[in-house]
Amino acid sequence: MEREPAAAAAEEPGPPGRRRRREGRMRTVRSNLQPPPGAEEPAGKGAPRRRLRGGAQHLADNRLKTTKYTLLSFLPKNLFEQFHRLANVYFVFIALLNFVPAVNAFQPGLALAPVLFILAVTAFKDLWEDYSRHRSDHEINHLGCLVFSREEEQYVNRFWKEIRVGDFVRLRCNETIPADILLLSSSDPDGLCHIETASLDGETNLKRRQVVRGFSELVSEFNPLTFTSIIECEKPNNDLTRFRGCIIHGNGKKAGLYKENLLLRGCTLRNTEAVVGIVIYAGHETKALLNNSGPRYKRSRLERQMNCDVLWCVLLLICMSLFSAIGHGLWVQRYQEKKSLFDVPESDGTSLSPVPAAVYSFLTMIIVLQVLIPISLYVSIEIVKVCQVYFINQDIELYDEETDSQLQCRALNITEDLGQIQYIFSDKTGTLTENKMVFRRCTVSGIEYSHDANAQRLARYQEADSEEEEVVPRGGSLPPRGAAGAHPSTRAAHQSQSSRAHRRMGSRAEARRVSMLTELTAFSSPMEKDVTPDPKLLEKVHECGRCLASARHQEHPLDHLSPELSDIFDFFIALTICNTVVVTSLDQPRQKVRVRFELKSPVKTIENFLRRFTPSRLTLGSSSVGSASVAAKSTPKASLLSTLANDGALLRLEERLGAGTPRLASNGYSSAADGWAAERSPTGSEPRAELRYEAESPDEAALVHAARAYSCALVGRLHDQVSVELPHLGRLTFELLHTLGFDSIRKRMSVVIRHPLTDEINVYTKGADSVVMDLLLPCSTDDARGRHQMKIRSKTQNYLNLYAVEGLRTLCIAKRVLSKEEYACWLQSHLEAESAVDNREELLFQSAIRLETNLHLLGATGIEDRLQDGVPETIAKLRQAGLQIWVLTGDKQETAVNIAHACKLLDHDEEVITLNAESQEACEALLDQCLRYVQSCSPQRTAGSLSVGFAPLCPPSEATASGPSLVIDGRSLAYALQKNLEDKFLFLAKQCRSVLCCRSTPLQKSMVVKLVRSKLKAMTLAIGDGANDVSMIQVADVGVGISGQEGMQAVMASDFAVPKFRYLARLLIVHGHWCYSRLANMVLYFFYKNTMFVGLLFWFQFYCGFSASAMIDQWYLIFFNLLFSSLPQLVTGVLDKDVTAGVLLAEPQLYQSGQNMEEYRPRTFWLNMADAAFQSLVCFFIPYLAYYDSDTDIFTWGTPITAVALFTFLLHLGIETKTWTWLNWTACGFSVILFFTVALIYNASCTTCYPPSNPYWTMQTLMGDPVFYSICLLAPVAALLPRLFFKALQGTLFPTPLQLGRQLARRSPGKFRAPRETSVRGHIPGEARTKPPGQRSINVAQAVSRDCGSRVSRGTWQPACSPEAGGEPSTVDMGVPRREGTLPDRLGSQPSRSSPPGPVAVEGCPGGSRMRPMSASRPAPLPSVFSVPGLSSLNWMSSLSLVGRLGSVLQFSRSSLPVDKHDGDFLPSSTPPGRDLCGSSGQTTDCF
Amino acid sequence: MAMNYNAKDEVDGGPPCPPGGTAKTRRPDNTAFKQQRLPAWQPILTAGTVLPTFFIIGLIFIPIGIGIFVTSNNIREIEGNVFMYYGLSNFYQNHRRYVKSRDDGQLNGDPSALLNPSKECEPYRRNEDKPIAPCGAIANSMFNDTLELFQVGNASDLMPITLKKKGIAWWTDKNVKFRNPPGTDPLEERFKGTTKPVNWVKPVYMLDSDEDNNGFINEDFIVWMRTAALPTFRKLYRLIERKSDLHPTLPAGRYYLNITYNYPVHSFDGRKRMILSTISWMGGKNPFLGIAYITIGSISFLLGVVLLVINHKYRNSSNTADITI
Repeated sequence: MEREPAAAAAEEPGPPGRRRRREGRMRTVRSNLQPPPGAEEPAGKGAPRRRLRGGAQHLADNRLKTTKYTLLSFLPKNLFEQFHRLANVYFVFIALLNFVPAVNAFQPGLALAPVLFILAVTAFKDLWEDYSRHRSDHEINHLGCLVFSREEEQYVNRFWKEIRVGDFVRLRCNETIPADILLLSSSDPDGLCHIETASLDGETNLKRRQVVRGFSELVSEFNPLTFTSIIECEKPNNDLTRFRGCIIHGNGKKAGLYKENLLLRGCTLRNTEAVVGIVIYAGHETKALLNNSGPRYKRSRLERQMNCDVLWCVLLLICMSLFSAIGHGLWVQRYQEKKSLFDVPESDGTSLSPVPAAVYSFLTMIIVLQVLIPISLYVSIEIVKVCQVYFINQDIELYDEETDSQLQCRALNITEDLGQIQYIFSDKTGTLTENKMVFRRCTVSGIEYSHDANAQRLARYQEADSEEEEVVPRGGSLPPRGAAGAHPSTRAAHQSQSSRAHRRMGSRAEARRVSMLTELTAFSSPMEKDVTPDPKLLEKVHECGRCLASARHQEHPLDHLSPELSDIFDFFIALTICNTVVVTSLDQPRQKVRVRFELKSPVKTIENFLRRFTPSRLTLGSSSVGSASVAAKSTPKASLLSTLANDGALLRLEERLGAGTPRLASNGYSSAADGWAAERSPTGSEPRAELRYEAESPDEAALVHAARAYSCALVGRLHDQVSVELPHLGRLTFELLHTLGFDSIRKRMSVVIRHPLTDEINVYTKGADSVVMDLLLPCSTDDARGRHQMKIRSKTQNYLNLYAVEGLRTLCIAKRVLSKEEYACWLQSHLEAESAVDNREELLFQSAIRLETNLHLLGATGIEDRLQDGVPETIAKLRQAGLQIWVLTGDKQETAVNIAHACKLLDHDEEVITLNAESQEACEALLDQCLRYVQSCSPQRTAGSLSVGFAPLCPPSEATASGPSLVIDGRSLAYALQKNLEDKFLFLAKQCRSVLCCRSTPLQKSMVVKLVRSKLKAMTLAIGDGANDVSMIQVADVGVGISGQEGMQAVMASDFAVPKFRYLARLLIVHGHWCYSRLANMVLYFFYKNTMFVGLLFWFQFYCGFSASAMIDQWYLIFFNLLFSSLPQLVTGVLDKDVTAGVLLAEPQLYQSGQNMEEYRPRTFWLNMADAAFQSLVCFFIPYLAYYDSDTDIFTWGTPITAVALFTFLLHLGIETKTWTWLNWTACGFSVILFFTVALIYNASCTTCYPPSNPYWTMQTLMGDPVFYSICLLAPVAALLPRLFFKALQGTLFPTPLQLGRQLARRSPGKFRAPRETSVRGHIPGEARTKPPGQRSINVAQAVSRDCGSRVSRGTWQPACSPEAGGEPSTVDMGVPRREGTLPDRLGSQPSRSSPPGPVAVEGCPGGSRMRPMSASRPAPLPSVFSVPGLSSLNWMSSLSLVGRLGSVLQFSRSSLPVDKHDGDFLPSSTPPGRDLCGSSGQTTDCF
Repeated sequence: MAMNYNAKDEVDGGPPCPPGGTAKTRRPDNTAFKQQRLPAWQPILTAGTVLPTFFIIGLIFIPIGIGIFVTSNNIREIEGNVFMYYGLSNFYQNHRRYVKSRDDGQLNGDPSALLNPSKECEPYRRNEDKPIAPCGAIANSMFNDTLELFQVGNASDLMPITLKKKGIAWWTDKNVKFRNPPGTDPLEERFKGTTKPVNWVKPVYMLDSDEDNNGFINEDFIVWMRTAALPTFRKLYRLIERKSDLHPTLPAGRYYLNITYNYPVHSFDGRKRMILSTISWMGGKNPFLGIAYITIGSISFLLGVVLLVINHKYRNSSNTADITI
């Protein structure tokens, strides 16, 4: 990459031919202020100048144009797009067919009308959308910014759209960046600026950008007029993380350009007074817009199925037409020679021979019967979906008071998929939990500090949760003190800036992001901030401080501390500084208390050295008040590394190494010792309370807050130094040498600092215990110190396990003291890595690993991530609904398992299969073993079914009711997801009640989802809140984002965004079910309606010589679907509720009807079609016979048939409608009235028009005819009697669960109001533990009896699942056991019978005696384990038996004993032995 | 998409509202419509709830059916006005191209259409370079037999029965839809420049001697132009008005029907019939509707009984089931 610009520079004056070739890959940008090369005269205006240059390459300007159409191009372009839809082409084709005289069935113009109507509606919708886009574009295009004007020789205000590539733009703080700009100058003395990229990637932290090398030296104001450099860079691309190019200065020198030099459009400038840059990419060539893909389009499962049925209809249409054509051919043949009077010859007098007659008839029939493919189907579905989305959005029970957000539907066309979900893949952190990290307890140096007071405080928050949230509705985003602060200027500034932001945010998305951002910048609610310190530890901290304060001026102050106190001191230092937390104070603009180091790495020259110690270094760079009033964060992170590299530190380092290391010690760093003393002054007097911590992740904030509670307050962080206020010591300033940021592979972060007291170079590492524990300095058991260390470690490990069992997130804190030599050595390789061109990331990773070894363990922390409200209840409901819930988390196994226990995903009395394999082979063996075990548990499943494969038609719900749970860690998951094992893994997972994947990477998450989706053909839903869930959300059929704490990325990728996890239950169980059932019924009705209508015409063909004649007036024929019969079905499709929300929530198993596609499956479709055929027969032949041998004419006979059809449709809809509101009545009435009104008007309007029917006065005549009325009464009733009868019969004899649910609601209407109130709206205090005992026992009864029901049903279903049976269980089979399955629930909630659940269960079901503790009653499979090769890692087995034991223990002990204890007994032994150094906790104390 | 964001943006873009401020929230309105809580009738289709419907249908339909049936059967008695029909079988007047083959403008007396008939009339549009009036296949195939009815008297003498030619077509057809070409000239003049349909013997202005029943407004013609719905149909030919209330219009006796056979139906296996009938309020004699009503009513009643039995049997078991489980 470095070479390319070099070559470019070399051939700069080269021949134009070569130039052009090169420009294929590169873009050259020059200053617009300079005359273009080759053009002699200085160009005047911008436009001609651009045209001159545009000859070589076309550069987009900054005008944003997201509209698709212009006024002129709208019609052709829109039509073109609409004809991409096959259905439209079909309808237009049919309509055009009418223009062929030989085959036309209708008046050509009339036939076009419905198609044009549909096209017009769609076009209007598109136009409206395009117009709103245009308006928002216009707004954005007319934002202002400062552009350097050649004429006025200063920056002038221009609109965004006027910015061109090569313009110089000056941006002030908090302005949004209008284009991709190369940073040339910054008001920051270091040539830095900060941008906030939240609108691009959702990350709320600030990113650092740096002035292009070569310009940073410019001390004076940057003058665009003197800019003569040429920039060569890549063609526009959408890679946000990459930018490469080089700048060639006028003097021929060139410098590389990196992504650190580029300010991306859409980002916001923060924390920097002003910057100047040159526009590189503008408008649609900016990376932000290139990344902006259009709206998501997904096709729902129902729609796919429907499309398949549409194809069936096409086939049916062709068959009918073909039949009719053949019939016509025969008919023509019969009458051909007979000189029949009714035969109409061709215009030349010859009769048509049979074959062409048949062909014409075929085409005409297709036109006549085209209604079979409902033209309005797609439009109606769109309308219904939009309305459904509207109602979901409007549901007040999905509104979250706390965050003032309701559910958002981002994808409009998959609402009904919500009702068919079978698998839920959930993230844990932030999804199940609040992601409000609360420091809970810690252990330092092997001593545990339980923080009991803290626990009590948290418990209080738990209780007072609801009130708390009422009081601080925004989760502390704006501390009250700050808001009420007596700084009018600040407030005014804040407000003006906010309103300005409001004004400027043209695009909706941008505005939304900004609002999210303002809510999210501070994570900390009072609950997280006010940590109550443990008195013991607090005392030790103060003692430590006192010691140090007295010894600080001595040679090695830390040596005066005991090892424990030293550890405590380091522990808190690490907590305070080993993070990327940025300190801001709300009341004051961010003070840049800048120590003016010119360099971030060791001193280069004597001048610098001297300058560093002049008093003027303080407050030099403080920016003006008001310019940076908004809190901002600076995150040095990894970008610091590059900073070092840029300054040529490598050279200096080598030089220094040559000079010997002692010099390193003697240079400026020793100043730190007195540095901290001097720096107490300027900001130290600020009240502590004003500090706000802004962290990338809530864990960090929690730790910093915890440290602050122990008086170790982080008071300031700049990219090169951290200030900490310590008890008795005052402010210490640590020089920050490196920050090795957190990444998910290393699972740790480190900072390298120079300790101001000892002048040592320290590495503080904070990370997952499993990783950090492995990185500790191996300690010998020989000396006492080593043994002590070992003991500390084992104790810490012990406590870590304890924390994990409690469900706390654990972090280990460790430290390493680097000698100068070590540091220098590492630094050199590190700098090499940084300056590497290829695989720089890899090298940096290696470099970090080299640093983070031989650590000294300081302690560990336990952070509580509290469960969100209502998570256990929601999970219970979802599972009852037959949903299989998989939790995919990056957390460690123990934590995940315990959260799973807490949210009732795992029951304590159920078996847990833990799958931790160290190798592919072991994983395979384990899987086999587990499979054998699982199959032996469920005898109905033969091993054969595995080889058969997965019958996708088997409803997954049968497997969900019982079965063990599976816990698998990331490494095993990686093995299990291999091609050869995935089938086995999936089969095992399918049998498990729940699956817990721990330590999984984002990629693994999406792989799991993809696997389930493709292999099981199941509907999947992924829910998550963070960037790491994005891939999973995108892969799943339905992606749900939680608009929670971790940015907007998940939400941006999602189809639905919910404020909290608990809303998922209502979204799926109520709205999903409704949407599915409504849409399914509407689609079925559509097919029915059209088939029935077409049937009427088809039967008539038998009586008109198959001549494609229609007795129904063409106007009725064409507008019937569109006008007369469309409204009622839309109303029903939007509003119908088969079961009320209360019942759905109380009986979540009703959801299974959607999963099993009970409403709309091939069989229902064909039954529906058969019924349509029957009804059309009735509706045809009753008028036929009534008018047989009468003097009625064809259209006077056809009109009653139309009326009969209309009444039949409405009555049919009436039977199908479950909820009659006044809207339904109105719609039906409207349809009837509309039909008669239109008919009357139509039949009176014109005496000679509308050939051939010319229906003048027909309707009027008919309305005086009693036969008309008697037919209208008789035919619909006769047509619908069977349907009504069978519905009634089925409703009584084989009611579906849904019907039972409705009956239930009918019988006890008041009953279902209560549960809804409590479970959805109200905050249930605490967890299930706090429920009244009565309710608890109900749950047990429900669980047990449900089990029985499903087991019974599984027995009956089993044959259906075999491949021969075609996988379609009949309703009869299904209905009866289901009723047994659901009725117990109902009974279980009757208080009188709920007290002894056990006996009921045993009596109630045949398999009931085979109860939970499987391992006890079935020891058989276990011994066989030992025959498996590669046993070394098969520790799952022990856990298996342990779980069994645990289960039985817990069944008795749960009510009285603390659960943790038992968990603690068993869980450590389930951890892989290879991972924890000291073995499992049970043995630890024995070992040491 | 757009719809979702709009409401939010207004709130979002602004500054975060200070707590306590009466800020606009995104809380949806708690109205019955938006929360889908509209008062609703929720019928549940079970045997118990549906069986009244069946009984009601039965109870309504059977009497209606009996009424219609009786009415229809009473038509046998030749009282009141007697309608004389001719019937054709196997005559496909509803053939698609046949139905289209007419020009309503011409029939309405539009002079331009008279001389330049619609293309739909092809191939019966022009004959020998003259426009056909009335054009089209329907008109061309007009029924042109003449039926005369005589009562055979006591001495085998034939007493012609007055057959009324007028009043057999729809009033609107006769007076609105069908019109002769305008003018005060004799009809022949007004039809000048046109030629008769190919199959016709006489031109259209010679269909009847009565000026009021000649040309396009000839009622036989109008009746014929109303194309029959089904291949077996009848068309009203003449009216026999009752003379007095005391005597039947057509008293019992022997009648003689004289048919001037012009209309060839044998070639296409057609049949011709002559029907004499009175009509009731239900129209002509057709027992079907009555029978259908009785049948459907009975079936409905029967199904109601079945449901009653099922409901009775099942309700007991279901009730017990509800209690025991």
